[in-house]
Amino acid sequence: MAESKRRGASPSESASGSLVIRGGTVVDAGGTRVADVVVSGGVVIEVGAEVAVPPGATVLDAGGCLVAPGLVDLHTHLRQPGAEDAETIETGARAAALGGFTAVVAMPNTDPPVDSAAVALEVLSLGSGAACQVAVAGAITMGRAGERLAPIGELAALGVRLFTDDGAGVQDVSVMRRALEYARGFDVTLAQHCEDDALASGGHMHEGEWSSRLGVPGIPAEAEELMVARDIALVRLTGGRVHFLHISTAGSVALVAAAKAEGLAVTAEVTPHHLSLTHAELAGYDPVFKVNPPLRPETDVCALRAACASGIVDAVATDHAPHAPERKDATLDVAPPGMLGLQTALPVVLGALGAAGFDREHGAGSARNGAGRDRAQVMSVRDVLGLLSWRPARIAGLARDQGGEHGGPIEPGAPANICVIDPAATWEVDPARLASRSRNTPWAGRVMTGQVRHTVFRGEAVVVDAQVQR
Amino acid sequence: MAERERRLTPPRGGVFVPRVQVLTAQDVQRALTRIAHEIIERNHGLEDVVLVGLQTGGVPLSFRIASVLEEMEGTVVPVGLLDVAFYRDDIGIRPVLPEAATDIPGDLAGQLVVLVDDVLFTGRTVRAALNALADYGRARAVQLAVMVDRGHRELPIRPDYVGKNMPTRIDEQVDVSLDGVVLGDVVPR
Amino acid sequence: MTELSKGGHRHLLSIAELGADGIEEILEVSDAFVEVGRRSIPKVPSLRGRTVVTLFAEQSTRTRLSFETAAKRLSADVLSFSVDTSSVKKGESLRDTVETVAAMGVDAFVVRHTSAGAPAAVARWVDASVVNAGDGWHEHPTQALLDCYTIRQVLAERAGRALEDTGVECFVGLRVAIVGDVRHSRVARSLVLALGALGAEVTLVAPGSLLPPSLEGWPLSKVSYDLDAVLPHVDVCYLLRLQSERGAGAFLPSVREYSAWYGLTSRRAALLGDDALVMHPGPMNRGIEIADDVAALPRSLVLRQVSNGVAVRMAVLFMLLGQGQVGTGGSGPGLLPTLGTVVGG
Repeated sequence: MAESKRRGASPSESASGSLVIRGGTVVDAGGTRVADVVVSGGVVIEVGAEVAVPPGATVLDAGGCLVAPGLVDLHTHLRQPGAEDAETIETGARAAALGGFTAVVAMPNTDPPVDSAAVALEVLSLGSGAACQVAVAGAITMGRAGERLAPIGELAALGVRLFTDDGAGVQDVSVMRRALEYARGFDVTLAQHCEDDALASGGHMHEGEWSSRLGVPGIPAEAEELMVARDIALVRLTGGRVHFLHISTAGSVALVAAAKAEGLAVTAEVTPHHLSLTHAELAGYDPVFKVNPPLRPETDVCALRAACASGIVDAVATDHAPHAPERKDATLDVAPPGMLGLQTALPVVLGALGAAGFDREHGAGSARNGAGRDRAQVMSVRDVLGLLSWRPARIAGLARDQGGEHGGPIEPGAPANICVIDPAATWEVDPARLASRSRNTPWAGRVMTGQVRHTVFRGEAVVVDAQVQR
Repeated sequence: MAERERRLTPPRGGVFVPRVQVLTAQDVQRALTRIAHEIIERNHGLEDVVLVGLQTGGVPLSFRIASVLEEMEGTVVPVGLLDVAFYRDDIGIRPVLPEAATDIPGDLAGQLVVLVDDVLFTGRTVRAALNALADYGRARAVQLAVMVDRGHRELPIRPDYVGKNMPTRIDEQVDVSLDGVVLGDVVPR
Repeated sequence: MTELSKGGHRHLLSIAELGADGIEEILEVSDAFVEVGRRSIPKVPSLRGRTVVTLFAEQSTRTRLSFETAAKRLSADVLSFSVDTSSVKKGESLRDTVETVAAMGVDAFVVRHTSAGAPAAVARWVDASVVNAGDGWHEHPTQALLDCYTIRQVLAERAGRALEDTGVECFVGLRVAIVGDVRHSRVARSLVLALGALGAEVTLVAPGSLLPPSLEGWPLSKVSYDLDAVLPHVDVCYLLRLQSERGAGAFLPSVREYSAWYGLTSRRAALLGDDALVMHPGPMNRGIEIADDVAALPRSLVLRQVSNGVAVRMAVLFMLLGQGQVGTGGSGPGLLPTLGTVVGG
């Protein structure tokens, strides 16, 4: 019942009350300034110091906080339809809102997969009442089988901007070539899960020191890099556009850097866990650390961080991959790969990229905890937020000038999709209290620094004081 | 068996602090000589007699008794060594590990076994030793020789040969060697 | 490596947890059980009333019999549980199986499984001690321990010393070649860790495709592709079993070619020093990794390894189950050298 009521509510109705976000530091692509933000009717109506509070407006305290455009996740597995025991669009969107996201791109590896307008419409319709915008990615090939092309045009007509067979890469080079050529006409981006099956087959973790010690079949870095290199060649050949999902190795970074230097239309994302965890986590065979691509050695982690700082990496995406506990808590070889990410992404990334310990006194560029880390890798909070918000918004086709409503900037007339971040707040990750239906977070029991305090989605405060309202 | 070591193991582990010398080395030698006499007397000689020293405290005493017996009777009495760790009734409750080798000479069937230990306390070690001996054959009889009987029995066990009866408090500690018998305390580390 | 464990049980999951001291302690306790094995009644009441389950999700008659004999000689009750590997292909059913068996009141699980890390998973799930009896390509700790025991026994005999007076110094500088399919061998992983911890100089000899992708962190003195060059300079030649399916073209051109380059033929055996020991974890592929006439050489210790296996496994079970749970009135962690002590929440 509540569901239908929500769905029926138009943005202006649901945001009938005005909001004032008071006392924070506004950070967006345009810069950083101390300002209050007034929201009404789903849009920002005023940004400035000492604004007058409209009568009846809700005031959200943002003292000591950053006020940023809502985060955008390019890579979310919402599991619906098909695996509602692991996650639903409703619970996944709730986790996203709590993590500061106002838009997520739902991956198409559902059951059935998003290889038809019917399934895409089902996902969009289920997402219409959710706590954030649920965009949908389409499959490149029918059934994600890597053989026949999915109806890219039909899906593009529904607003689908990203296509991927994620969970697997398109193995057949001629199929990928045809897809790139065909997609050119629809202004969409093909996103590749880079993994050469022949080389990776049977692997459960990164092939190297730890896999050798643990006696676990490994996935070499080259399984990813071969496909990155192949697809770069195909972009050159076809003039198409590829977004590389979750790159995880220093070699991939180098390939992407070279392709960008050449002027090819490639973009790349990394995940929070590849920026923060190494394959040594697998030492106890805990399947919660099994993920694809696998956690890599420290040298790769450092290379990914440096690539974030240098701009080679365009976005951080969570690869939020819920799995029902009874499936995930198995032996390492049987457990499915993937980990939760939406609710922990922001603090993990702030910590990994040297922006932890943001100190308002010193402005948004200060990185108090960056000491000891390579200076080149220490990023400003604004640049980190760029990786999580306005840069992925553009890749997803959700930016304002693309007809979307995400990624800011926060200015009068802009859609009110905003997250308010307390960079100093600490909280302990309790898997049982996460919004996801699943429990497979690698951060269980760890204390995070940095918390999303409020999230405003289409003018409505969907998260207030770290509590979800929808 | 090694009463002292057992008492010193965790969780009640501590350091032995000597207080009173109760027997000197000479006293110990005299007591062992007397025990040897009593063994011969009780058994009308040494036929079929085997000494079995309990690891680790009973072992030097059993060898000393054997040499006294040999001096007196001209007979070499076999000496066996027995570690009762695997037969203890506190396995799984406290750390129990074998402390030294078990070496029983041949089959004990029909033999007259004299168990030798340093201190008789609760009787549980002797109980374990009786069970262990049964696995080496059906002895004709088993007798018990101890240097010190300090009381506090928890099982119906009584020694046949005693060096010295010595009333003690339950928290005291008795240290026996060929150099003498010392009463002391265990203090926590 | 610390596993979460319910109730503070001790486990033996990897040699890595033991260190030199832990290995030495197990070898010493094994001496006492070798003595028990020589008795006319080779049985002690130590684990009366305890229940040991052998949970084998992979065929291995020898290891299972060895563990079951060990448990029975300790007077434990033994439940034998074979899991059809095909039915355990889904991990959830392994967990269900294990939890169901555990509910019957089990003190220890002896786990053999095709998946590396399965014993660690069982240790997470149940309120009991877990012994790794071989998991995938990972480890087979009791095999390495019995191999070390056997080496020490032979060296002590040669030196004319009693076993109880022989520590583990005999391993320092001992030159050991481990030959064959190291990549897929749990025995090799455990043995390298054990011998390395004890100070031996270990050389791996294998074709490149049968070496692990990385040897970082392995306590090795060298790696060689040339068995003929290595044999004259070793004290122990340890041959690994070649799974015949490895020769189907995936890792080797053929088993015949493997045998020609890495098999211990009688010609190669002649390259060994007179005192060199030849060992094999069994069961042997006669004519592949070892020629039939070499297996019969007196210096080959195969049968002695088998009989020592029972004593070593008695020692392991006794030390896991005979010392009380961590933090429940028995020993405290760290007060006594223990098997991979683990404190649970």
